[in-house]
Amino acid sequence: MERDQLLGMIKEEQEKGGHISERAMSGIAQTLQLPIGDVYGVTTFYSFLSTKPLGRHVIRICKSVPCFLQDGVMMAAAIEKELGVSPGETTSDGRFTFELTNCIGACDQVPAMLIDDEVYGDLTPEKIGEILNSFD
Amino acid sequence: MPEKRILLKNCGKIDPGDISSYEAEGGFKALEKARGMSPEEVIAEVKASGLRGRGGAGFPCGAKWELARKAQGEEKFLICNADEGEVGTFKDRYLLQHDPFSLMEGMAIAGYAIGAKKGYIYLRAEYHYLIERLTKSISQCKEKGYLDDLDLEIQEGAGAYICGEESALMNSIEGKRGEARYRPPFPPTSGLFKKPTIINNVETLVNVPHIILNGFDWYRQLGTDESKGTKLFCVSGDVQRPGVYEMELGCELKELVVEMAGAEDVKWVQVGGSTGAIIPLEMLERVLSYETTLGSGAVMVFDQSRDVVDFVYRTMEFLNEESCGKCTPCREGTEVMVEILGRLVNGEGVAGDMEVLQALSDTMKLSSLCGLGQTAPVPMLDALKYFRGDFENRISQSVFLRSLKTVNG
Repeated sequence: MERDQLLGMIKEEQEKGGHISERAMSGIAQTLQLPIGDVYGVTTFYSFLSTKPLGRHVIRICKSVPCFLQDGVMMAAAIEKELGVSPGETTSDGRFTFELTNCIGACDQVPAMLIDDEVYGDLTPEKIGEILNSFD
Repeated sequence: MPEKRILLKNCGKIDPGDISSYEAEGGFKALEKARGMSPEEVIAEVKASGLRGRGGAGFPCGAKWELARKAQGEEKFLICNADEGEVGTFKDRYLLQHDPFSLMEGMAIAGYAIGAKKGYIYLRAEYHYLIERLTKSISQCKEKGYLDDLDLEIQEGAGAYICGEESALMNSIEGKRGEARYRPPFPPTSGLFKKPTIINNVETLVNVPHIILNGFDWYRQLGTDESKGTKLFCVSGDVQRPGVYEMELGCELKELVVEMAGAEDVKWVQVGGSTGAIIPLEMLERVLSYETTLGSGAVMVFDQSRDVVDFVYRTMEFLNEESCGKCTPCREGTEVMVEILGRLVNGEGVAGDMEVLQALSDTMKLSSLCGLGQTAPVPMLDALKYFRGDFENRISQSVFLRSLKTVNG
């Protein structure tokens, strides 16, 4: 196993366990013969990787300028209201983690968000309610 | 100048999931032609075309390929930069969604020219939904023998703007933190795993089949002296028709944002993404080219209702979050700028704030390790230049607010 497998292994761990625990990091470090600090350093560098448990679905509302111009802040507020959690938090039932993110490249359908790997564009507070309801 | 659809000619026309529909439009004819030429001839053609990098930096593509071709060593790499993280940019996504085969053909030609046996498409995590389409395109190309000489692999990012910077991108593929590297050495001589490496943006590579098929003479007729060909512009913000527009280089900004995208009551436009230049209304007749203003192709439009100080603050907050943190001028400079701009936004500015921002900008531009830190001050300096009054107002309002507190307290 080589060092260039590291990012892939971390991502795989996140998919499997919902997050990257300390135990998982030390396991990966042993497999690749790397200092655990290296594994931790890579894990915490990337915004899509998490050392904290995530909900079943991750909502990422875009906060970059094109979305911001089109009431992106209002959409974030709508999600907060709908789920009762602030950015960075997970709902108590473990259904959703809510995060703010930088540009997701959907500036032609603003305001936009990602839920897991799917893009939802041209959002309105009403639409957000419907979309969230469609998740288990 | 109307829209000139060359790179976008297949978009909406072919079935992006079916290689035969791409072939029916003349797809892979360029690769066939390139294989009949020597690698040096292919490079000479691209060099003569004047094609420059479409990711933002604008380095001459042919010259870069030549360096990699001539570099010592058997093992060479080709990387397609599909880490389109620049704020307001979505052209690469559009190409990958609607015409992935053009990229495969461009990469097959590039790999042949530089002598790379292994190629990567570095795709940002935000575009994970494109993986299935790309994987399918690659396997169809393999079945047809178009990728016989290039082992193409998709490498996914994990959410980091800086990984669009080529040296950070290579670190990321190597399984490291996406931090920028010191240069030299440059990638064509020592890049991925210290081997000669060519990194091209999606749009740059999609230009290649057109150049090979139609010849450099044809390509050179498009554009200006230093900027040949067409460019994909991503128009967003206060416009009626946001989207991707393909224009000949040298087109006018006003035509693009007002006539094509339907902007009204413009206050300013930011061209080139989060570190791009600010063009105020009075300068809307600016020509878009490498000689003037271009960048990644992001064109964000702001109308008269927008506040420039708020905008600069938000942009700096983004750059601060996305700074890789390796070099001090960028890591600390963006931090201090966010603090000062934050005070201005909250009515807590002090006299001298503008001078500090100016001095800090000069340091960052001169001493940052990579393009992020070097260009981070650009929108702020432009804002100070064209909208100085807005900053002065914020400071005098801050002074006024404090005077009220003193009276009441």
